[in-house]
Amino acid sequence: MNYMPVILWSDALVFLLLAAGMAAAWYVRQHEHLLLPWRRVARNSVAMASLLVLSQFLIVGFLDSLHFRTALPQASGGERVYSPEVLSVFDKLVGPLRTHTEKTYSEPFALTLYAKESVTDAQGNVVRTYPRLQYGGAHLADESQRDADVLKRALIGGGLGLLVGLLSFYLTHRTLHCASGCDRAVSVVTLILTTLIGAVISLATVYHVLGTDKVGQDVLYLSLKSIRTGLIIGTVTTLVTLPLALFLGVAAGYFRGWVDDVIQYIYTVLSSIPSVLLIAAAVLMMQVTIDTHPDWFDTAASRADLRLVFLCLILGMTSWTGLCRLLRGETLKLREMEYIQAAQSFGVSSLRNLTRHLMPNVMHIILIALVMDFSALVLAEAVLSYVGVGVDPSMISFGTMINAARLEMGREPMVWWALASAFGFMLVLVLAANLFADAVRDAFDPRLNRTEAGA
Amino acid sequence: MIAYLIRRILYAIPILIGVNLLTFALFFVVNTPDDMARMQLGIKRVTQEAIDKWKQQRGYDKPLLVNSAAAGTHKLTDTIFWQKSASMFVFDFGYSDDGRSIGREIAKRMGPSLAIALPTFLIGLLVYVSFALLMTLFRATALDMAGVALCVLLMSVSGLFYIIGGQFVVSKLWHLVPISGYAGGTDSFKFVVLPILIGIMGGVGSSSRWYRTIFLEEIGKDYVRTARAKGLSELRVLFTHVLKNAMIPILTGVVVVIPLLFMGSLLTESFFGIPGLGSYTIDAINSQDFSVVRAMVFLGSVLYIVGLILTDISYTMVDPRVRLS
Repeated sequence: MNYMPVILWSDALVFLLLAAGMAAAWYVRQHEHLLLPWRRVARNSVAMASLLVLSQFLIVGFLDSLHFRTALPQASGGERVYSPEVLSVFDKLVGPLRTHTEKTYSEPFALTLYAKESVTDAQGNVVRTYPRLQYGGAHLADESQRDADVLKRALIGGGLGLLVGLLSFYLTHRTLHCASGCDRAVSVVTLILTTLIGAVISLATVYHVLGTDKVGQDVLYLSLKSIRTGLIIGTVTTLVTLPLALFLGVAAGYFRGWVDDVIQYIYTVLSSIPSVLLIAAAVLMMQVTIDTHPDWFDTAASRADLRLVFLCLILGMTSWTGLCRLLRGETLKLREMEYIQAAQSFGVSSLRNLTRHLMPNVMHIILIALVMDFSALVLAEAVLSYVGVGVDPSMISFGTMINAARLEMGREPMVWWALASAFGFMLVLVLAANLFADAVRDAFDPRLNRTEAGA
Repeated sequence: MIAYLIRRILYAIPILIGVNLLTFALFFVVNTPDDMARMQLGIKRVTQEAIDKWKQQRGYDKPLLVNSAAAGTHKLTDTIFWQKSASMFVFDFGYSDDGRSIGREIAKRMGPSLAIALPTFLIGLLVYVSFALLMTLFRATALDMAGVALCVLLMSVSGLFYIIGGQFVVSKLWHLVPISGYAGGTDSFKFVVLPILIGIMGGVGSSSRWYRTIFLEEIGKDYVRTARAKGLSELRVLFTHVLKNAMIPILTGVVVVIPLLFMGSLLTESFFGIPGLGSYTIDAINSQDFSVVRAMVFLGSVLYIVGLILTDISYTMVDPRVRLS
């Protein structure tokens, strides 16, 4: 076998989340009353359009979580040796993006490097000029053909993408006319997405659509790789937050007395430390541990990955307190309700009462908190990485991209494309997540007046 | 009221002890001082003597909790816990790695931090509440929708973007103010104006939307209908009735952060080169100066607890029904 699958810690957590998500979806499908709020979400066209955008990010993130190592060419009879480089299925799919690295900075769609260099020309003279890129637009003879070529490729790719979009629309609706049962916003977003993706695919094979960074890596590739890091921070953290907040919050509210006192004490202590400082302190300590135990890791990727998982753990440990407080308050209210009192007087055990009667009734709070937290966590990653307590510097993320590009703002002329791409991708991801989260909140929050929720 | 305050302050003590124990565990138990020394001196080929010297210089060469070699009360006081953690209760933070007194450094850096944080907070609050009131006034119209959409857009932008973009446009393109730096006295104005503006900008989205939700919740209540029925103008209802009654939820979120203003903002200060506590913390994190980080964690939680007490006091000021007892 030429490939050895590698399951990093974060991959395992991603699979776990995926399995949990699918199990939850299956369970909800079986129960009409649970499905009801989701139907409300599904009727919201903004929510569905942003879900569509989010799903693109999720697909990239998932493909990027299937890791493997390739076998190195081996001496005959020797033991099979695998490359220390850990790749993902996504890396394989976008092959040229990853391997087409230039020497240093180049602008989007550029044919030449960004800085002048001494080049020996055909006559053997040394001239200072902008050297041609090794890959970007290498099929063109000179600069003058570029614009026409870009336009041609964008049209062909975009046209094909549009065709695919229209075809899929036709297959699902059996008509090209958007009538009842068809969401106009969603259809338009679908067509825009397919067109855009088509155009980018067609262009990215021969150009650096978003330019290259300091070591010549394609910025589009970096941005796409950052998606996984952002998604993992946004989702895996909740894996830590959720059980802690749920069990402690509900227990504090239900049992009251000393249990409540202890749990309240714990979360007051944790929340009284400004979260950035607590995260910084914990991450610094984790760094010490990781650096003093280099023998724990077989590849650089696994080290960076463990650091990412630890960062999620730390973020989770510092952010469960808010949700816990909410759940405690809600449980305090619910335990006085008649149906809980009735269950208690029938002699239903505490455990059963909690799992059967209380927890299902606080689920909407949890769901709302989770979707609302996601975008904040994605944004926090960039800030933490800038502060120096985020992901491993070798791990591609929005934060490390911004951090690397920040110093280039001072260059003349300015290197703007890496920053712009990182911020652009982040904006699209966070905006879609925010819009979707709002729709989920509107659909699930029983306090919201339904007529007002639409306004 | 006095009795209540004393009780609250007494209640703060176990919390601070908890914070102290937590930082102690984080900094000395999870990783031993030996690990930290090895980290700072370079992992490979570091001799035990060098580690011992590093520990001795910083006073980390004592036992963690109990010093069995010492006599009498020194059994407890001649330990890392007593000298490094317990001493923080009297605000004795010790010395940073470059040999300066952390306490004096904090006192010196609070001024610049406050010069940015306080105006950001006050003007920001004014802007957010006004914007939210405006949206409430035009609720359920196209203007309100546009306002909410703008808020969602603004809160989806990374805070780093506001800083980098603001520095680029205002300082580099327009040359209005210096990109970064700080000076005392009246000169400070041109240095602080951009960080303040950016700080306000960064919070517009989430804060205004939050206040709008609060106002909308109030506006559906009976006393508002009564006020309208009396023939009061919508503006008057908003400003004198709704705003006053929305004070409690607003204060809950606002007063807590007032003491924390002293801590400054990590991002803004480091981008603009303001010599405040935020940049002090960032520098400490980057140079892995553990004693400074420890001191800031403790200071932060003290200020947070002060903020909680202030919040309770502020409730009594805006709502006569609230009595602290």
